Parts: sequence; structure tokens; C-alpha cells
Amino acid sequence: MSAAVHMTDPGPDGRFGDFGGRFIPESLVPACLEVEQAFRSAWADPVFRGRLDDLLRDYAGRPTPVTEAKRLSEELGVRILLKREDLTHTGSHKINNVLGQGLLTLQMGKTRMLAETGAGQHGVASATAAALFGLECVVYMGEVDTERQELNVFRMRLLGAEVRPVRSGSRTLKDAVNEALRDWVATVEHTHYCIGSVMGPHPFPWMVRELQSVVGHEAREQCRALLGGADPDLVLACVGGGSNAAGTFAGFVETGADLVGVEAAGGAAMDRGIPGILHGMRSYLLQDEWGQILEAESISAGLDYPGIGPEHSYLGDSGRARYAQASDDEVLDALQLLARTEGIIPALEPAHALAWLVGATRRGEVEAGSTVLMTLSGRGDKDAETVMGLLK
Amino acid sequence: MKGVEVEAHLRQVRAEGRKILVTYVTGGLGPGWVDALEAMVAAGADLVEIGIPYSDPVMDGPTIQEASARALAEGANPASILDAVARVPVAVPLVAMTYYNVVFRSGHQRFASLLAQAGVRGAIVPDLPLEESGEWEAEAEAAGVAPVLLAAPVTPDDRLAEICRRSRGFVYGVNLMGVTGERATVSGAAAVLARRLKAATDRPVVMGFGISGPDQAVAAAAESDGVVVASALMRMLLDGGGPDAVGAAVADIRRALDSA
Ligand SMILES: Cc1ncc(COP(=O)(O)O)c(C=O)c1O
Repeated sequence: MSAAVHMTDPGPDGRFGDFGGRFIPESLVPACLEVEQAFRSAWADPVFRGRLDDLLRDYAGRPTPVTEAKRLSEELGVRILLKREDLTHTGSHKINNVLGQGLLTLQMGKTRMLAETGAGQHGVASATAAALFGLECVVYMGEVDTERQELNVFRMRLLGAEVRPVRSGSRTLKDAVNEALRDWVATVEHTHYCIGSVMGPHPFPWMVRELQSVVGHEAREQCRALLGGADPDLVLACVGGGSNAAGTFAGFVETGADLVGVEAAGGAAMDRGIPGILHGMRSYLLQDEWGQILEAESISAGLDYPGIGPEHSYLGDSGRARYAQASDDEVLDALQLLARTEGIIPALEPAHALAWLVGATRRGEVEAGSTVLMTLSGRGDKDAETVMGLLK
Repeated sequence: MKGVEVEAHLRQVRAEGRKILVTYVTGGLGPGWVDALEAMVAAGADLVEIGIPYSDPVMDGPTIQEASARALAEGANPASILDAVARVPVAVPLVAMTYYNVVFRSGHQRFASLLAQAGVRGAIVPDLPLEESGEWEAEAEAAGVAPVLLAAPVTPDDRLAEICRRSRGFVYGVNLMGVTGERATVSGAAAVLARRLKAATDRPVVMGFGISGPDQAVAAAAESDGVVVASALMRMLLDGGGPDAVGAAVADIRRALDSA
């Protein structure tokens, strides 16, 4: 497998193999071209990069540590290193993306930022960045999610954002994206749509991967220091749209590490999906024989999405990464295991990655003694109520 | 070939000195949607758009979202809608309006031939911009289906020229920056775009989005060859109005356009 062909610049048509592209109404084409051009020049500009690095350090708290999970490792018979995105300001990797897109919004001279959110983490991160940069912020959130993530709704409002519950369709993340796109078509002159994952039309899947790649690049250095110059055998992350996984994989794609992304069993686009077009991108999607999008179903609002970022579709097809699933029950067990062995309560999303690892080690699919880098994408506070309800 | 060819028909309407009136109906919406289609034609529509509903219509406002969701819940799919269309003899062109995943899932060639067999001689796919639409345009044209392209108020001149060059049947001018749905007035951007399109092409130019009644239709047709009326008619069907009510609304607009 040639590593060089993976996770590079997808070029002006935004293609990752057959996936990606820019399937949007004509009204949004000039805006996407503007975002692409602005990001290309910002990303090559040392002044922009310096400003972002300062914010990531002084505001978000980077670099985040890698924690060796000793008791968990003993339990599972593999050596587990956790990349601690849960320790960032706002409590998840989502902050890395919004600080970049927030700076870009200022650079483009726009005054208003839109976001969609499932679990509420991207909404909270967007509201945070908007407050920091003095931008107006509107967050679309499915009504089902506003109910199960009530605390995050309150946090967003406290941060000065307007949260608009979405009552159409399945009333979850997919519908929040639809509504944000409808808003953007009408407000594009002064508004930037800060997409929260490696999805949407070009340049978003690429731009968000680049903004999240700090996770993987830091982790690779940290792993080398811990592993005497070696890379881990296995690199693991959960996948909703796939931004924490893409950012993590970007740091290891050129190593020999096995890359594994874990989806919620109820939203497993890589397992049960068919190539199609949704939200501006071609990717694997849960859909019926006529192309109607099916509803995903998961206890984790952040993974409740019927698609996956296009680059993951490509990495999966090319064989450079593989994608697995974890069920709601396995996830609840894994969350408690991490809490009890390491004193870390993870969000439900990264508990999917751990749930797969628990099963895979028990089934003997991961060799005993292997080294595993797992991205702990967020902390569990937001899910405490959901988990409490489920464990009663 | 079944159905009425789009561009020749619209050129004929224009040559007769009339404004083109395009109406829309969501395929599969309730038991009366085919009757509504026939009532629109009887009341003077020059072309009818048949909406083939999609689960995630990002260019549509609340009315067409609701109509689409209801039609899907009632079991509508492209085959059932096109079967029904194939059985009604209509003297005006029919054009499908859907989203790209519906086309892509069926396959370009298969979808184009499904349309052609039902006598639907054009297709509007609003989430398929120039850069991505080449393959679909070729398959549609090969099947005798006109790929109708859309231009927006923000479309720069070079893209506008390319849209006019590649569009078939007519060019669809989007009146405003936003989604479909009833509006109180026609935006100022509409006249500007209509003038730019008319200057760029000899193909019929039809303006749509937000046209709810006779006055707005007259205003939007002033600088173009005609207008599309959609959400206002679907709102009537959703609220329990029958084909007669829809026909009467279309007749009002027809009269206003003809006497303007
Ligand atoms: C903590 C956490 N991890 C992961 C995700 C899933 O997003 P992605 O796949 O883009 O990393 C979310 C989404 O809300 C999240 O809050």
C-alpha cells in the first residue's frame, strides 16, 4: 500500500477517489469557492498559522496529553495510550475546527456563523468561538437532540448563541444540517457555515481534516516518545462524520499502523451504506432503493448520522483504514470500564472506539501486547444524564 | 416519442406573445394530485413541473418540505409517480423536479429512460451544479429529456454564460437567495437576474421561487419570458383545497399575465 496517495490535498474538484465533490445549489457555489480560496491561502500563510497555533495553545489548552491507561491495558492485554481531547477547553476535539473556521470567518469579513450540532459539542464549540471572535452565532439542533442534550443547549445560550430546534424529518443531526444549509442559502453574503465534521461540499471535508490533523500530529510525536521511537500498532477513533478520526489518522497514515474507525451500529454507513449524495458530498449513505435517506439510530447523538465523511469512504475502499461498529450495550459497558479503571468518564462517542477494542481483544482480533493509540474525543459530562437513565 | 418537447413548446408560447406559466405539483401528494395536474393544464399552465419527492430537500422551504414528506409517507416513489403520469394525456410539456440522489441511486441512464417512457421531457436537479452535472446532462439528452439548469442572483457572468449554453428546454432563474416558499413580494434581485439572463441567451428564461399570486407573477414576468408558481399551490392542496381550487388559482394568474 502506497501511503503517499492518502490524506493529501483533494484538488479543486474535492475528490477522494470517487467520493467527495461539491453537490450544492448554484446559490452556494460562489460561497464554497470563496471558502476554498480563503482556506488555501490562510493555510499557506505563516501569520494565520501562527495566530491559530497561539489560540490552540493559550485558549484551547493544546497540546493535549497522551495518557498511558495502565489498569485498562492490564484488563485488555494490550498497551493503550489515550489521546486526551477530553481535556481541551469545551471538552472535545471540536474546538480545534471552530477556532480555525472562526479565524477564517473573520478573514473573509463575515459577521455571522452557523453551525449544526448533534451531541451539542460542535454547537458549544461554535458558540465559544463566536463569543471569542465577536461573531453572531446560530446553532441548528434536532429537537430529539435538544431534549437529550439539554445541558449543552443551555451552555450554548449562556455563551450568547441562538439555538434553533429543528422539527423536520428525523429531528436529529441530518435534519439540523439541512436546516443550516437552508439558512446559509439565504444569508451567505454575511454568514459562514461552520460545518462540524469532515463532511459537506468541498472544501469542508478537506479543510476540517486539516484543522483536526493537529490531533494526529501531536499524538504521533507523543507515541514516539513513549514507545522508544516506534509507532503504535493500531490507531483507533470513533466516527460520526469522522473528524476526530480523520485528524487522528492524518498523523499516522504514513506509518505502518492499522487504522480503525468505529461507527455506531445504528448509523454504520460503512457497513450498511450505499454510495450516494447527501449534504453536498458523495459518500456511503444509509438509503433505500429509491435514494431516500434512512434514519440512523444511536444512543449517541454525535454518531446519529446516516452518512460518513467522503475521505473515510475512500480510505475504507482503498483498504488503508477499516471501519467497525459498536452497539449501544457494548458502549455503556465500555464507558463504565474506562471510568472504573482509569478515573476517566468518556463521552458516549469515544466509548464506541473503546467498546470495539474490548470486543476485539476478547475475540483475539488484536494481538496480545499490541500498542494502541485511541483518541478520546470528548469528556462524558454531557452524557451523564443519558447514561444515568440507561443504567437505572 | 411520448410527451411534449419542452423548448419548442415554450418558444411557441413566446412567439405568440404570451408569458410562460409554469406550475408545480408534488407527485404522490394525496389521492388528488393527478387531478390537480390536469386542472392546472386546463386553467392555462404552459408546462407542469412534477416534484419527485426526496427525504432531504435542502432547496425547499416548509411548504414543499411538508408536501414531500407527506407524499413519501403515503408511499410515493419515482416509479409510482411516473406510472400515474404516463396514464394522463397532457398537451403541455412535463418536467421532473427532484434532487440528485434520487437520480444517482436509480442510475443516470435508467432514470432518464424512466422519465422519457412516462412522457416527462425535462428534469430540474437543483443540487447538481455545472461542475458535477456533465454525465447527467449527456444521459438525459440522449434519452430525449432536457436537463434544465438553474442560475442564481450570485452567479457570476462567466458561469451564467455556461449555464445558458448547457441548459436545455429553458433556463431557470432563481428569483432570490433562499429556498422555495411563499413570499410577500418579488425581490429586487429577480429583475436584475432576469435581465442578465435575457441578455445572455435566446433560450426561454423562466423565473421561479417565492411567486405566490397574480401580482407577483406579473412583476417577475416583466423582464423574463415567464414564471414558476409552486409553493402557493401546494399550500392549497396541503390545507385541503381540491383540484378546483388549485385550477381557479392558476386561472387567476393566467388572466393577470395575459392582460398585463
Ligand atoms: C466527543 C465527540 N466525539 C466524536 C463526535 C463525532 O464527530 P466526528 O466523527 O466528526 O469526530 C462528536 C460529535 O458530536 C463528539 O461530541
